[in-house]
Amino acid sequence: MTQDASPPGRWELFRGFFAVGILGFGGVLPLARRMSVDQKRWLSPAAFTDLLALCQFLPGANIVNLAVSLGGRYHGPAGALAAVAGLLAAPIGVVIALGALYGRFADVPMVAHGVQGLAAAASGLVLATALRIAGPLRRKPRGIAVALLAFAAIALLRWPLLPVLAVLLPVSLLVHRRAA
Amino acid sequence: MSALLLSIALVFAELSFLAVGGANTLVPEMQRQMQAQGWMQPAEFAALFALAQAAPGPNMLVVTLVGWRLAGWGGAGLATAAFVAPAGVLAYAVSRAWERFRDARWRKVAQASLTPITVGLVMAAAVLLCEAAALDLRLLLVAGVVAGIMLATKLHPLWLLGAGAGLGAAGWL
Repeated sequence: MTQDASPPGRWELFRGFFAVGILGFGGVLPLARRMSVDQKRWLSPAAFTDLLALCQFLPGANIVNLAVSLGGRYHGPAGALAAVAGLLAAPIGVVIALGALYGRFADVPMVAHGVQGLAAAASGLVLATALRIAGPLRRKPRGIAVALLAFAAIALLRWPLLPVLAVLLPVSLLVHRRAA
Repeated sequence: MSALLLSIALVFAELSFLAVGGANTLVPEMQRQMQAQGWMQPAEFAALFALAQAAPGPNMLVVTLVGWRLAGWGGAGLATAAFVAPAGVLAYAVSRAWERFRDARWRKVAQASLTPITVGLVMAAAVLLCEAAALDLRLLLVAGVVAGIMLATKLHPLWLLGAGAGLGAAGWL
């Protein structure tokens, strides 16, 4: 791993991820990459890709995992905490302010209708994400089958996620065991 | 700790471990839990999800907002910590060992196995959110057009959220 810059301090980790959090509208990962690879040079592009693969592999929010492992790499638990606190501080304030405004003015028809329109648009964004990540499965019948099973169990049958994952993860591993 | 705060902590700690493909894959389970616990209906959850999307930062913030809605600042802090800490500790413990497995075959198998599950779950999230938020034909049209524009252009999603909110506030939906 090549690192051009000296390792960041805890305060620098906090500030780096604070900028990612407050500027990260609709997708934080590209910003996190620009900050940690291009601007601060904490990681090489290859090291970032590798770390991201881990964070997507582990449970939890990918960007939080990224902050934890990057902060932890330099300063142990304190570094991990600094990075996560930086990442979440501003967004938590903003989201609660939005929630408070909505709670206060939910009875105003204009606000209620605005939030209805907002919610419809937000569901459209998730639909676009789903279709985009589904693209690479096109020529993979086993993958499509697993995806359909997951969809049917959750969206149609409304089964809880825990048992669905407990069954589907081993099944998917079994049908993909020669994937590599 | 009150019973409500305890249930909030338990629900979100469990969700933390179930988020196998990022926060979007959790939307259906969160929506289901909210209803099962008698905390809120799908439409309100969809509204909070949308507000969280409109805020900067990671899309897991719906967790914070739901906690706040249920139990104020304490609920917000607890839901966030319960959601972040378990997975965070795991990430912290594993990330040091990870580099050794860079080329391991099981990593590729695991990735190939997780991807289709993520696809199915995010698709389920999209359908359930549309069901809760797109209550009539016009709202459904908004969702469809937003998805189409997202896929066809590089327009920033915030513009689309703003357009949806604006159309709604103007009384056109």
